[in-house]
Amino acid sequence: MAQVEKRGANLPATFEWEYAPAPEARDIVQLQERYGLFIGGQEVEPRSGEWFGSVSPSTEETLFEVAQAGEEDVALAVEAARDAFRNGWSELAASERSKYLFRIARIIQERSRELAVAESLDGGKPIRESRDVDIPLAAAHFFYYAGWADKLEYAFPGRNPQPLGVAAQIIPWNFPLLMLSWKIAPALACGNTVVLKPAETTPLSAMIFADICRQAELPPGVVNLVTGDGTTGGYLVQNEGIDKLAFTGSTEVGKLIMRELAGRDVRATMELGGKAANIVFDDAALDQAVEGIVNGIYFNQGHVCCAGSRLLVQESIYEPLLEKLKRRLTTLRVGDPLDKNTDVGAINSKAQLEKIRELVASGEEEGAEIFQPECRLPERGYWFVPTLFTNVAQSYRIAQEEIFGPVLSVLTFRTPEEAVEKANNTPYGLSAGVWTEKGSRILWMVERLRAGVVWANTYNRFDPTSPFGGYKESGFGREGGRHGLAPYLRFDE
Amino acid sequence: MSRLSVKKTYKLYIGGAFPRSESGRTYEAEGHNVARASRKDARDAVRAARAAFPGWAGATAYNRGQVLYRLAEMMEARAADLEAACTGRAEVDAAIDRTVWYAGWTDKLSQVLGGSNPVAGPYFDFTVPEPTGVVAILAPAEPPLLGLVSRVLPALAGGNVVVAVASEAHPVAAVELAEAVATSDFPAGVVNLLTGSADELAPWLAAHMDVNAIDLTGVEGSTAELERAATENVKRVARSSADAQSPYEIEAFLEYKTVWHPIGV
Repeated sequence: MAQVEKRGANLPATFEWEYAPAPEARDIVQLQERYGLFIGGQEVEPRSGEWFGSVSPSTEETLFEVAQAGEEDVALAVEAARDAFRNGWSELAASERSKYLFRIARIIQERSRELAVAESLDGGKPIRESRDVDIPLAAAHFFYYAGWADKLEYAFPGRNPQPLGVAAQIIPWNFPLLMLSWKIAPALACGNTVVLKPAETTPLSAMIFADICRQAELPPGVVNLVTGDGTTGGYLVQNEGIDKLAFTGSTEVGKLIMRELAGRDVRATMELGGKAANIVFDDAALDQAVEGIVNGIYFNQGHVCCAGSRLLVQESIYEPLLEKLKRRLTTLRVGDPLDKNTDVGAINSKAQLEKIRELVASGEEEGAEIFQPECRLPERGYWFVPTLFTNVAQSYRIAQEEIFGPVLSVLTFRTPEEAVEKANNTPYGLSAGVWTEKGSRILWMVERLRAGVVWANTYNRFDPTSPFGGYKESGFGREGGRHGLAPYLRFDE
Repeated sequence: MSRLSVKKTYKLYIGGAFPRSESGRTYEAEGHNVARASRKDARDAVRAARAAFPGWAGATAYNRGQVLYRLAEMMEARAADLEAACTGRAEVDAAIDRTVWYAGWTDKLSQVLGGSNPVAGPYFDFTVPEPTGVVAILAPAEPPLLGLVSRVLPALAGGNVVVAVASEAHPVAAVELAEAVATSDFPAGVVNLLTGSADELAPWLAAHMDVNAIDLTGVEGSTAELERAATENVKRVARSSADAQSPYEIEAFLEYKTVWHPIGV
């Protein structure tokens, strides 16, 4: 093993790797000055008369204006969805429904570069991720659920599956098109119509998706998109015409929504926050584990609900692992999301940046030791250096609260029992990681971790066939796989 | 001289024991003095259930199936007592048969409900159902025995532990059932049965931070307040009927865990 050159107190050497800029051309995205609402198959001006600017987090420039849907706009969207459900969509042969979804999957593939650039421009995520993860997975999701549309009776034998009606869907800003796909694909496959609210800060790929719906000749009103901030989401939740509400976002907002839904005949699925433990045993393949840890928490700037934000390291390998990890951190390239060499892009919004700063400050105040590699950040835009905390107690806020940023808290353990105890010691239960070369230990850990997804010797893998969702306060219901159909169906047994 | 009979005291069933309510309260129902559980009794029951959860969830499905079947055996042996506490022999028979039916489900759930997922990459990926944890059940008012069995058995079959509030008007069947449970090899705390006022106990169970799921089948009228209380720790809320029997009744108290592992040499 090469000796790591140390500079200062335990600081590994910073690599000076020079890269030539390799920006993806952004002119493939034809930005409109303004994007209206997508209701009944038309782009319409908001009745609210209100618009707001969508800011690129990497340059702070206002890219375009987008409608702020008011109560009336939301009501119109729900009515359009209801009309489409009654007049055609729910009676359409399932095989035809299936073909619309296949069409959408194909168009997403065809327009993938445009969508990838839009995603990075509007949301700040590295083009490498939007190009290689978000967009291909979004297409795959439509392709997967397209095939289910006319096979539902085989997914639920003898249960006579029927659509619910109008599905209201509220998605976050971390994987805008992918979350849209996770919501819309199963809803339509099951014969529902949709009113979806994209996140306030990342409406662009949804607006392109509206165009894709037109291109696919999807009947008007089957998909409706209402942009806006939290108040728009509130109108959608309160609307009496919805049959289903699917939400992905914070646990805090999820609870508010569930309170609104209490006593109403609205089915719900909630995909909420997480504070996942990524657990590394002393027999793990350390270099692979380091890559998994980095992918676990610095992927998408840590804006990932299932991010491996708590690293649990077995004590005996703490020092070599931390040295490798710190060294790896110094090689991460933070900067222009459209540059193909970028590993860590911009923080999605100013508000999120402030939240991350506040929690990181609390970590330092509570007594954790901070490590940040030397990093040249662009002058404009919202940035946060990949950060690692050691000397973290379980009670610290950085070990309990979801930071939703590139910030890792490192804790240690001695025995597998202690690892399980610490891993489960949060109100969340979305995901976990286990690194060990011993198969029986993996399965022993898998049995005991109270989490909906466990990645063993890997991390942050997603696939449309693979059910995803939380235990405990990370929510309920599954997205993906056969299990992802059930939340959009009722059974007339 | 005629012999004086020994009369039964109707008590709660918590942590494998038969305590009186800590409050000392009783109420009259079906001609008996029945314990009226308090908030603290409910809390004790949740604590006993939580302690029993790892053992019950971690037991083999075969073992859980045998324990549930043993319950059916004990119910059959106590059929006369149960019959006196419910609508009659037909209800007892149905409750016993339903118990046997659920006993046979424990080792079939992961094959019927789970599976492996054909992901597009070199990974083995599978999904298995797991119990939610501590399940609070507000049993239907009627039928007193079959209604309780119909809600408690699916939760147990899935590997959950239960705190159930019996029918307020017809609580004696629950006490008789508790005696069958107590002689059925259930580890202490897996099943806890409370008698008393459902209106009084439900809000505490709905708000309890260590209860993972709540079954509101037995609640009459609006459940909105209870649902709101349940949001505090994102409880799973189930609602069904007093006579439902299906694996999807079990599924209402299950979580799905998905596991990924790379394939390589």
